Amino acid sequence: MDRLSIKHLLGIRDLTVRDIELIFQTADQFKEIINRPIKKVPSLRDITIANLFFENSTRTKLSFELAQKRLSADVINFSASGSSVKKGETLIDTVNNILSMKVDMVVMRHPNPGAAHFLSQHVSARIINAGDGTHEHPTQALLDAFSIREKLGDISGKKVVIVGDILHSRVALSNIYCLQKMGAEVMVCGPSTLIPKYIAKLEVKVEHDLMKALNWCDVANMLRIQLERQEMKYFPSLREYSMQFGLNKEILDSLDKRIVVMHPGPINRGVEITSEVADSDQSIILNQVENGVAVRMAVTYLLASQIER
Amino acid sequence: MEKHVILNSQQFDLTIKRLCHQLIENHDQFTDSVLIGLQPRGIHVLTRIKKHLEEILDRSVKCGNLDTTFYRDDFRRREKPLIPSATNIDFIIENKRVVLIDDVLFTGRSIRSGMDALLAFGRPEQVELLTFIDRRFKRQLPIQADYVGKTVDSLTTERVTVEWQETDGRDQVILYSMDENG
Repeated sequence: MDRLSIKHLLGIRDLTVRDIELIFQTADQFKEIINRPIKKVPSLRDITIANLFFENSTRTKLSFELAQKRLSADVINFSASGSSVKKGETLIDTVNNILSMKVDMVVMRHPNPGAAHFLSQHVSARIINAGDGTHEHPTQALLDAFSIREKLGDISGKKVVIVGDILHSRVALSNIYCLQKMGAEVMVCGPSTLIPKYIAKLEVKVEHDLMKALNWCDVANMLRIQLERQEMKYFPSLREYSMQFGLNKEILDSLDKRIVVMHPGPINRGVEITSEVADSDQSIILNQVENGVAVRMAVTYLLASQIER
Repeated sequence: MEKHVILNSQQFDLTIKRLCHQLIENHDQFTDSVLIGLQPRGIHVLTRIKKHLEEILDRSVKCGNLDTTFYRDDFRRREKPLIPSATNIDFIIENKRVVLIDDVLFTGRSIRSGMDALLAFGRPEQVELLTFIDRRFKRQLPIQADYVGKTVDSLTTERVTVEWQETDGRDQVILYSMDENG
């Protein structure tokens, strides 16, 4: 009770329902704090955090850095371009060199699935996974679920459809775990080629018709097509994908109910979602970004509270 | 454990009313003054004081709840992690006269964190401290209250608890002390 059951945040799969509730309760307070005139608290002033980004990121990196600074932690940033990684250094060597500068926590994004888990077994610092390849992106799922809870009051019993490139999406996998743990029903929707074969094991509904999926759901989470992870053609053209699975204002207005529209960013306007929809009052995309800072503050705070002095 | 009632419900009520009148002496109509209760147990004192003050003054008094969890100096020094309560201050404290309110003043560390937390909402003109119980011999920081309900001289091994009608069934203040058998 009142303590996370985990030492590192590697994936949503390891979290208990109580862990997620604790993170949300703590994030509620941080959300209030980041809306104050002075948005900073001194809790982590003796904690040093390294942000290691071996893969591109804008939102997540800025969000983590802002969360850490608002907690008064010392922050060092590292990105793979222009580093010794390019000179052949191994992951453990890179990280151990950084840790020898007395770093307490590591936030890592890496293109390889399992990289955060691997690191957690070999170094002494606390690890937060900021996305490992196509595996998990736990803080994104937490902020998505937190945003649903904020908008609809509760997650339990809600119907959420995740639309798009499920196969290459760590956001989808973490979201499925998180939403199911919190009692939501989850559906995935997209072309058959972008729905992974293991999906049946996750006990989610599968739908290939966007209209049917939207008529079923309370919340639609529209994912980006991850062209950078696709080594082959999964659908004939972006235009065809957009015509079948893109969400526009006409479709949204034709539904019987007002659904909530989400997107983890970055948006490809006109592909998975039109500008009109992204900027509409049914979209909570910018709330997701704001909540991201509060949720990352909560995760960082709760993990840091376990570090011995 | 020996139990000794320091304030019964009648004395309790008198003490609250006296504190209200002392506040009015200094703050008159509360035009530029606000009351801020410290979470969690200072809120009980605040609620009671606010009720009486508003009855006496026949006008509303601005009040807020302040959580100090993230400003405490014992983060990572406690066995149990600190879990925050809600902060709710929906007004600007800039240039206001603020009365911080807590139930028991002991080491002074909660009040120190309370003052830090308060300053995140602006620069008040003045900050005062009201405490229902002052355990004066165990201060670890140079902090004193401006308004005191009852001063209690007690040992570190003793415990003072303030009980409230709303949550504990009765208004009273109790001193618990270890008996000879521990």
